[in-house]
Amino acid sequence: MGLFSIAHCRVAGLAASVPKQMMHNADYEWISPEERVALIKTTGVVSRRIASPDTTAVDLAQHAAEQLLAALGWERSSVGLLILVTQTADYLMPASSNILQHKLGLSKNCMAIDINSGCSGYINGLAVAAGMVSAGSIGRALLLNAEIPSRNTSARDKSTFPLFGDAASATALVFDQHAKPISFNIQSDGSGYDAIMIHDGGMRNPVSAETSFQLKPIAPGIERNNLQLALDGIKVFNFSMREVSANIRALLNAGNETQQPDFFVLHQANKLIIDSIRKKMGENADKFPVSIDRFGNTSSASIPLTLVTELSGVLKSKPCHLLLSGFGVGLSWGSCIVHTDQLLIPTLYEV
Amino acid sequence: MNIQDFIQKVETEFDQITPGSLKPESEIKEFFEWDSINALVFIALVNVEYDVEINAEDLQQSQTVHDLYTLVESKSQERA
Repeated sequence: MGLFSIAHCRVAGLAASVPKQMMHNADYEWISPEERVALIKTTGVVSRRIASPDTTAVDLAQHAAEQLLAALGWERSSVGLLILVTQTADYLMPASSNILQHKLGLSKNCMAIDINSGCSGYINGLAVAAGMVSAGSIGRALLLNAEIPSRNTSARDKSTFPLFGDAASATALVFDQHAKPISFNIQSDGSGYDAIMIHDGGMRNPVSAETSFQLKPIAPGIERNNLQLALDGIKVFNFSMREVSANIRALLNAGNETQQPDFFVLHQANKLIIDSIRKKMGENADKFPVSIDRFGNTSSASIPLTLVTELSGVLKSKPCHLLLSGFGVGLSWGSCIVHTDQLLIPTLYEV
Repeated sequence: MNIQDFIQKVETEFDQITPGSLKPESEIKEFFEWDSINALVFIALVNVEYDVEINAEDLQQSQTVHDLYTLVESKSQERA
């Protein structure tokens, strides 16, 4: 789709929830203490939040949505659209958004759909939700981003296990004739589909007792089975460096934006990627808020989580001009420019 | 780009290398292993500093600091 702009949709509020339980990478005994120091320095992940075994992404999403609905004072019946972006749904079917429609007490007239999108999922979700709101017949929409990627990683895989954390967010969108347009630049390249993937468990490679569960040595410090997340760090890094700053620049150059964004909020993939993209763009660190140190990579929830944990003071008190950018699994990447004004943001909810 | 400048950037980036100890003829493996973290840090450094893209296989084929420099330089010229 590339570059496009959506009018008449305003972001009204934002909430996030995380599990209480913390895991510290300094305690990651699968690798040596020296390796842990290097890992923490390079990835930026000091600790992350891990959902308890009886908590799912749907539960985290429900908490974030409840917080936001209460803060906004919305009648549940007024929500016409619920979009859940997740790659860690409760079931293969039905869609988890349907379960959330019921758990949140939303109306039967509420359309509920899931979007399978990861690191770029906040931008993809925002584009779909804002596009539908912009059409005029849906007055209020909830965009939920919920992920428990920690559930998919092998504890014996140093390339994934210490990186990922669990989180959810809820974003409220409203139809507003006077809203400043949200401009997007969204791209994809499925030739890199295997750079970040879970090999088995879908229909292409169904779960098999013979092959799916066997722990396999992949490289030093990396052992996993076919139901666990595989990530090619160098491939993903090179992809991010090639595409993300170019995508952002194209978006900034395309619009009628005369002012530079107040903040560039990037998907919290790892600190090296965020810093490298920032340096490539010649920007200062204070314009690139970071939450990865305390929450890790939370997939599609990482951008809204960072907005809540790092920028809620300024977002609540004055107008802001934000550049948001997500990139990763798919491969899929996209950026958007959003103008906010005194967003409603409840305190981070800890489950 | 020149090799002294390149060496200085590598020494600054990698804490485990004593500044001034790296020479063009130095064997890389005497200073560090190309484990996943070191490889990523090096790939990031040359991407930001020289705007070149290097993959894991490229790194495995470089034995000395001079090999690395030549790799980055040739990628940089390809791009130009």
